[in-house]
Amino acid sequence: MLYELRDVTKRYVQRRRDVAALAGVDLCVAEGEFLAVQGATGSGKTTLLQMLGALDRPTGGEVLFDGRDLAKLREGELTTLRSRAFGFIFQAFNLIPTLSAQENVETALVPWGVRGDERRSRAQAALARVGLAERGRHLPSELSGGEQQRVGIARALVCEPQVILGDEPTGNLDEATRDEIIALLETLWRERGQTLVLVTHDTTVAAHASRWIWLEAGKITQTEERPREGCAAVNDDAAEAGGEPLTSGCRSAVEV
Amino acid sequence: MFFTYLFRELRRRRRQALLTTLGLAVGVGLVVTVTAYARGVGEAQDEVLASLYGVGTDITVTRSPAQGSGGPERFGMNPGEREEQGQRFSRDRVMTNPGQQAMSTSRIDQIASLDGVSSATGALTVSVMHVEGKFAQMTPQQDGQQPQQSGRQTETMPSQAPIAVQSFTITGVDVTDQTIGPLSSATITHGRTFTSDEGNAKVMLVERGYARQNDLAVGDTKKIDGVKYKVIGLVAGSGSSSSFYLPLARVQKIADEDGVSQIYVKADSAAGIVAVKKAIKAAFPKATVTTAEDLADQVTGSLASAAKLADQLGTWLAVAALTAAFLVASLVTVSSVSRRVREFGTLKALGWRSRRIVGQVMGESLVQGIVGGVAGVVVGLGGARLITALSPTLEAAVGSVTDGATAAGGPGMPGGPMERMAAAADTVTVQLGAPVSAQLALVAAGLAVAGGLLAGAFGGWRAARLRPADALRRVD
Repeated sequence: MLYELRDVTKRYVQRRRDVAALAGVDLCVAEGEFLAVQGATGSGKTTLLQMLGALDRPTGGEVLFDGRDLAKLREGELTTLRSRAFGFIFQAFNLIPTLSAQENVETALVPWGVRGDERRSRAQAALARVGLAERGRHLPSELSGGEQQRVGIARALVCEPQVILGDEPTGNLDEATRDEIIALLETLWRERGQTLVLVTHDTTVAAHASRWIWLEAGKITQTEERPREGCAAVNDDAAEAGGEPLTSGCRSAVEV
Repeated sequence: MFFTYLFRELRRRRRQALLTTLGLAVGVGLVVTVTAYARGVGEAQDEVLASLYGVGTDITVTRSPAQGSGGPERFGMNPGEREEQGQRFSRDRVMTNPGQQAMSTSRIDQIASLDGVSSATGALTVSVMHVEGKFAQMTPQQDGQQPQQSGRQTETMPSQAPIAVQSFTITGVDVTDQTIGPLSSATITHGRTFTSDEGNAKVMLVERGYARQNDLAVGDTKKIDGVKYKVIGLVAGSGSSSSFYLPLARVQKIADEDGVSQIYVKADSAAGIVAVKKAIKAAFPKATVTTAEDLADQVTGSLASAAKLADQLGTWLAVAALTAAFLVASLVTVSSVSRRVREFGTLKALGWRSRRIVGQVMGESLVQGIVGGVAGVVVGLGGARLITALSPTLEAAVGSVTDGATAAGGPGMPGGPMERMAAAADTVTVQLGAPVSAQLALVAAGLAVAGGLLAGAFGGWRAARLRPADALRRVD
């Protein structure tokens, strides 16, 4: 199991009020899974994504990634993990406006210490993979919304991370572009076998996932799997690898 | 990636970058101009004081006259004998400075042996009244005798020939050490100065203006108190009111005086001048001990005002401008970082370490600091050149005297630097310049770079505190 979240809570103070963003979350995410996290605004979706992506620490509970408790790691270790294990896709694309599309992709390779020519060639390859080989020199302001998000996806993929984490990746796109982007993400997921976790309120996007969870007031209230490809596929992969099927904790989470 | 990102960001924030750079340029420019101006004022003051004090002289020692030692000088112009009636006469009346008392030459060695004293030398200044004319031809009645009975009477009228009176000062100098004393700042414009073996020679230097007035040139001779002296050179710029400079021993002979009226002292170091002054006062309580700083404190006029302006207003203005520039740079940098929260949060989410992001911010500020520094030096140079080109004339005068020394007024009055300044002219004029040294330019540019780094540090601190989770903030 790639992720195991055990009774994870996150509390913070906002305008002198104590807010419980997560109120005891138990969750397992298998390697290679496509998980969609849904819920209303303020339900804790983004906070959950921050926990999964080591962008923030929980107030309580454990966030195990590959057997390591992220809450106990030092900031330097978390930074290394973010550069090597996670790729992020943002709702607002979050591209550096002064850098070209190719240079934006290269920013993900900088923490790796990849230099000059190799960095450029890998960025070019990532852009080609998302269909933007000819647009590498263009600034974000010269690209459409869909193209900017493709650059974001290329940036998230260029380091071959274990997990892709997307926070409303289609939130700022029109329907046609949204469909393009989600189709691209699904294709890449199938080709590479990376774990993909998307926060979305769009059921059309969520429909492409192999599993869905619903958050309400910081708790998981519902979960569903795509019957043919969900847990069965996960179990098949586990058996093929000579491993165990889903753990009892995860099974109970699935059955909720 | 570092430099690409840095310069692209500066280009994107052109206006803010320009504001920061301009602020630093103005601050640095002001520092350069004011410092150059202050240096120019300082040099002008040194020029004034050097001309009055003598280059290399740190302290002057004189002695006030004893109480009751004054009174009018008297000498008669009547013929001593009947045979002298109608005869021409020429007399030199030598007077030591009525404002000073002579000091024993042993004081020179005493002072030279004090701790902190590098060397000491003495000088004797006297004033001479030269009177020449014709004795009156007296009538018999005038001399108390009855007219002769033969009817032949001497009816020679009393002499109507005018009597010429000329006053001048003579300073006797130690020819073996001219590095301090009244000739140390002088320039020999014609001829030569004394050699060290001319301690008793009948030679003299003449002040150039006096020589021109009285048609004296190198090679001429001048009789003083019955002795002919050969003019070996003309001097200018000594600041002294003396018309003639003779070897000390000759002046002592003329004045019938064994002592000296001024002792010039050079300290081992500038830092030791105050201590040496104290030591001389302790050894010689009745002396008037004057340093260049004492003189400087007495300087008034537009030069003094300029110095005050440089010290007070100028310095504070430069400090205020530089502080304002640093503040503007810091605020602009912090503001820029605040506007790039999403950007830096995203980079942190991608795995960029805080120190790399801080380095990026500081790099941007550093570039602005360097450009601001260079621009500031150019602006400052321009300001300094303008002051030098305008070259305003400043005046310096001594207001009041200190430490018991008295000032004698009027031309031709001998004495120490106070007296000479008061006597030589009411004011001294100098041209103000504003020199800029390479060191000043480097320091000023360095200040701008430091300002840029300081601003970058503020911004970097802000950037380091950003949370990577800030990258996932919703777009409104």
